[in-house]
Amino acid sequence: MPSIIYGGQSYQCKEHESVLDCMTAHDVTIPSSCRAGLCQTCLMQAVTGRVPEVAQVGLKQTLAAQNYFLACACYPEEDIEVKLPSLGVGKYSAVVVDINPLNADIVCLELSVGTKLNYKAGQFINLHKDTITARSYSLASVPEIDEHLHLHIRKLPNGHVSPWVHHALKVGDSVDISDANGNCFYIADNPDQNLLLIGTGSGLAPLYGIIRDALIQGHRGAIKLYHGSKTAESLYMSEELKSLAVRYPNFAYTPCVSGHSVPRGFASGRAHDVAIKENQDLAGWRIFLCGHPEMVATGKKLAFFAGASMRDIYADPFISTAKI
Amino acid sequence: MSSLYEKIGGEGAVNAAVDIFYRKVLKDDRIKRFFDGVDMDKQASKQKAFLTMAFGGPHNYTGEDMRKGHAHLVKQGLNDSHFDAVMENLGATLMELNVPGELIAQAAAIAESTRKDVLGK
Repeated sequence: MPSIIYGGQSYQCKEHESVLDCMTAHDVTIPSSCRAGLCQTCLMQAVTGRVPEVAQVGLKQTLAAQNYFLACACYPEEDIEVKLPSLGVGKYSAVVVDINPLNADIVCLELSVGTKLNYKAGQFINLHKDTITARSYSLASVPEIDEHLHLHIRKLPNGHVSPWVHHALKVGDSVDISDANGNCFYIADNPDQNLLLIGTGSGLAPLYGIIRDALIQGHRGAIKLYHGSKTAESLYMSEELKSLAVRYPNFAYTPCVSGHSVPRGFASGRAHDVAIKENQDLAGWRIFLCGHPEMVATGKKLAFFAGASMRDIYADPFISTAKI
Repeated sequence: MSSLYEKIGGEGAVNAAVDIFYRKVLKDDRIKRFFDGVDMDKQASKQKAFLTMAFGGPHNYTGEDMRKGHAHLVKQGLNDSHFDAVMENLGATLMELNVPGELIAQAAAIAESTRKDVLGK
């Protein structure tokens, strides 16, 4: 049984127990969120001892080289001494510029970062409510177009971060955010490839960023967006998307309503069903899926069966409720 | 004399085969239930590793890994008929890619050699 030294104390790590689980079991609080090796909130650094490679998957090379690792994905094979990241590593201070309602449940949180944050539209950042609570949100903004960072945050009644954003956070407040991470973004390697983007709810955020990123980079292939929700009222940014479709003939926007009352101008059905029905041969297409976890899982399978290659299917990595 | 892996076409062949093979497996009524709720990206990487091995390419699989990796499926009833279905899908994939019959037989023989470990016998 390897031991973990943290804060001058030694803790016995059981078999099949991660560093995060071991610390939690001993009432030591380490910031964490997704607990699935994705959001990087539980970033720690090994002072001595070797960290298994799997605990560094997805980290920037510079961080991995300094023995940073993810506590939730680290199952130590030998004694290690660990600490929380030095102040400021992977963290930025941001100022709230605007909090703007997009519909009844979703606001757009605009943040200004003093230091230039390198990111690609569609990646995510962690928004820290306090020293131990953070949630991941995708970036709807595009660095070349938008001055500030834009996050679409849906209020979850029992959420840890979203009610705070909706009710407590004010313009001018300072908040901590993380570096941008994630692989769900546009790559300009094939400007003629067709793109299919399917999103539900606030899963529109990364897609809105990806679409505008592709358009300003001169993407020539078709870009088809299907945004779905239960009711027409809960869809948002429709006007922006419609005018984008007018400006760029290769961009098409289809709002989808899965509930009973479907007004004119909306497709009837769930976004992924409508999208696959209207695009039955997806061989050679690139697919982006963001939103409800069930939609993402089903959409992935449907797109794959319709001919898209697994390599060309990009999805929001999160299955936590924070992103729904 | 070049190796089977080189003759089949190396990593390029694996990349071409993985989508076709995985699609066949997921659509196969005899075996698709074993893939319910499985993360598709992780599974696709595993299929790629499996094909690399079957094509005689570099791999780190040991018999013990095969046993451990499939033990939970054996509990769910994984048996020879399911292994046969996978073998059939592998053969059909390679035929679709116009791999010569002689090389298909060699790849099939490598895949076949994992049967006992996969089925925990």
